[in-house]
Amino acid sequence: MKPDGTLTMSAVAASPAARTGSDYAVELAGVHKWYGAFHVLRDVNLRVRKGEKIVICGPSGSGKSTMIRCINRLEEHQKGNIVVNGTELTNDLRRIDEVRREVGMCFQHFNLFPHLTILENCTLAPIWVRKMPKKDAEEIAMKYLTRVRIPEQANKYPGQLSGGQQQRVAIARSLCMNPKIMLFDEPTSALDPEMVKEVLDTMVSLANEGMTMLCVTHEMGFARQVADRVVFMDAGEIVEMNTPDQFFSNPRHERTRLFLGQILH
Amino acid sequence: MSDATYANQTAYLRTTPAPAEPPPALAQGPVAWARQNLFSGPVSALLTLASIAFLVWVIPGLVRFLITDAVWHADSGEVCRANQGGACWPFIWAKASFFWYGPYPESQHWRVDLVEVVGAALIVWLLWQGAPKRNVAALLFFVAFPILSFVLLRGSDWLGLPVVTTDLWGGVLVTLLVSLVGIVFSLPLGVLLALGRRSKLPIVNAICTGFIEIVRGVPFIIVLFMANFMLPLFLPEGWTPDRLLRPLVGTALFAAAYMAEVVRGGMQAMPKGQYEGAASVGLGYWQTMRLIILPQALALVIPGIVSNFISLFKDTTLVAIVGIFDFLRTIETAYNDPNWTSPTTSATGLITAAAFYWVFCFGMSRYSQGVERRLRAGRRH
Ligand SMILES: Nc1ncnc2c1ncn2[C@@H]1O[C@H](COP(=O)(O)OP(=O)(O)O)[C@@H](O)[C@H]1O
Ligand SMILES: [Mg+2]
Repeated sequence: MKPDGTLTMSAVAASPAARTGSDYAVELAGVHKWYGAFHVLRDVNLRVRKGEKIVICGPSGSGKSTMIRCINRLEEHQKGNIVVNGTELTNDLRRIDEVRREVGMCFQHFNLFPHLTILENCTLAPIWVRKMPKKDAEEIAMKYLTRVRIPEQANKYPGQLSGGQQQRVAIARSLCMNPKIMLFDEPTSALDPEMVKEVLDTMVSLANEGMTMLCVTHEMGFARQVADRVVFMDAGEIVEMNTPDQFFSNPRHERTRLFLGQILH
Repeated sequence: MSDATYANQTAYLRTTPAPAEPPPALAQGPVAWARQNLFSGPVSALLTLASIAFLVWVIPGLVRFLITDAVWHADSGEVCRANQGGACWPFIWAKASFFWYGPYPESQHWRVDLVEVVGAALIVWLLWQGAPKRNVAALLFFVAFPILSFVLLRGSDWLGLPVVTTDLWGGVLVTLLVSLVGIVFSLPLGVLLALGRRSKLPIVNAICTGFIEIVRGVPFIIVLFMANFMLPLFLPEGWTPDRLLRPLVGTALFAAAYMAEVVRGGMQAMPKGQYEGAASVGLGYWQTMRLIILPQALALVIPGIVSNFISLFKDTTLVAIVGIFDFLRTIETAYNDPNWTSPTTSATGLITAAAFYWVFCFGMSRYSQGVERRLRAGRRH
């Protein structure tokens, strides 16, 4: 079954330019990946239009992280094509750098730099990768720290912040590079329950501003609120993909129903 | 809530707030301290008593040898020869200049003094954590100072400074020189070797691993001999490296191999997430290493790095084996001077040498502890 089928096309029919290639932020076509002999991604096909929000869910070990990490080359795919913002990912290091400059990522465990202050975490890449003067970088960093509502923490170290604050810093750090696409890999699953909301709120406001987002999460409320499409993965394949409405009310694949039954109660 | 009330209650609602109380009275004062720390049990009491007995046995002997029974003033070894039971300090006063400068010509000692004063000032500036413009200090220390030192110490007819060849350099001057060069070069070389050993490029990896394993598997003395005899073979015909330069290269390479493994240990401890965080914001390999991985990895292994510096500092005594006149060698030469032979001259000289090495090593150790404390305080995680 081709996941990127007619259903998706009808879902995007509102946008007249949907069929031209340049309209896609991310295109995965026939992507395969192996860890040794273990076939972790199997014929993954997914096209994400600019400004589209995709939520990816599925059981643990189904390859969600692997797929999303292939998009900014933290993992290398072995077969198929991945085109990000018009740049095809190959072994060419310059292209990888180009893609990483345009793609921001937030991790489950934040991966902030503990030896740098919050402000330095945010200005590091603009200064060294974008060659921005320090003053401008700090100005932009403060702008985004204000947007994630923690400007007063700028001179603290990550270890002094709560998990929710750290994840918001991680989002601000990515935004400072002015990315076209944001990837999230379970950004709230390492957080204490009372901090989940503050991070999700930040992500919702980002979504409302038109950012292209691919988000691995099991926060189904978030999926309902912002996702254009929900992707369900199992055993390295995309099993089902649909609008949130259809996905939750009318799951069509047996495995999807089983999975939703497990997480929705 | 007591057990009784708990037992017959399934629902409970607190109606009055529980007031904050001070903690139970803390034991304070010297007696309480001693009871807690010295006599907390039969084993600890026994150990305390044994340690006290040991100190009572050792300290008076030391005090007698070093102070009360020692000779303090004399013009020659006569008095020391007559005095069997104490140190011969006049020997140290008489030879102090020789210990410090070795055979460096006396009229030119000011050049050594100048280099040492400038060097010491720059080191303090560089290492003093709160000092202003430490990057200027670094520039001066690592670029200007070596040039100045070389020109001053060696001299040049063109500047009107008589040339003093390196075979006349000696004593503390040479010990400090070898240590400093070893310390300054071993860390960056060690970092490069560690990066090479973790590299995915097979040739770089093989060369670095091979170098580290060979150097670490060979005694330092052999490395020194090899540097002494083999270095000239690697250079073009007619080039003979200076006889002091050869052990300097040997020392730096030897220390670098050990440093590489310490640094690699620190890098090993970095979580994968740090590399991924760096990659996700677009940092390249060298930027990731320089800005993210190395600052954390090096901070983590400061005790190991300083341990290596301390070993290196003491190992410089081995350069005497290839004919370098270091501090320990001047002590040895001096106590063999027939004018000063006495039963305690060599012991006095060796104790002085031990004190000298200890002061420097202890200083390094304390400084590193201070740096660690500062790093911990800054980050708090
Ligand atoms: N570096 C790796 N080496 C070998 N196997 C891996 C590696 N990373 C992930 N895997 C395996 O690949 C599968 C998919 O992992 P992942 O993409 O992390 O799943 P998910 O994010 O959906 O939980 C899992 O079975 C996992 O054990
Ligand atoms: Mg995962």
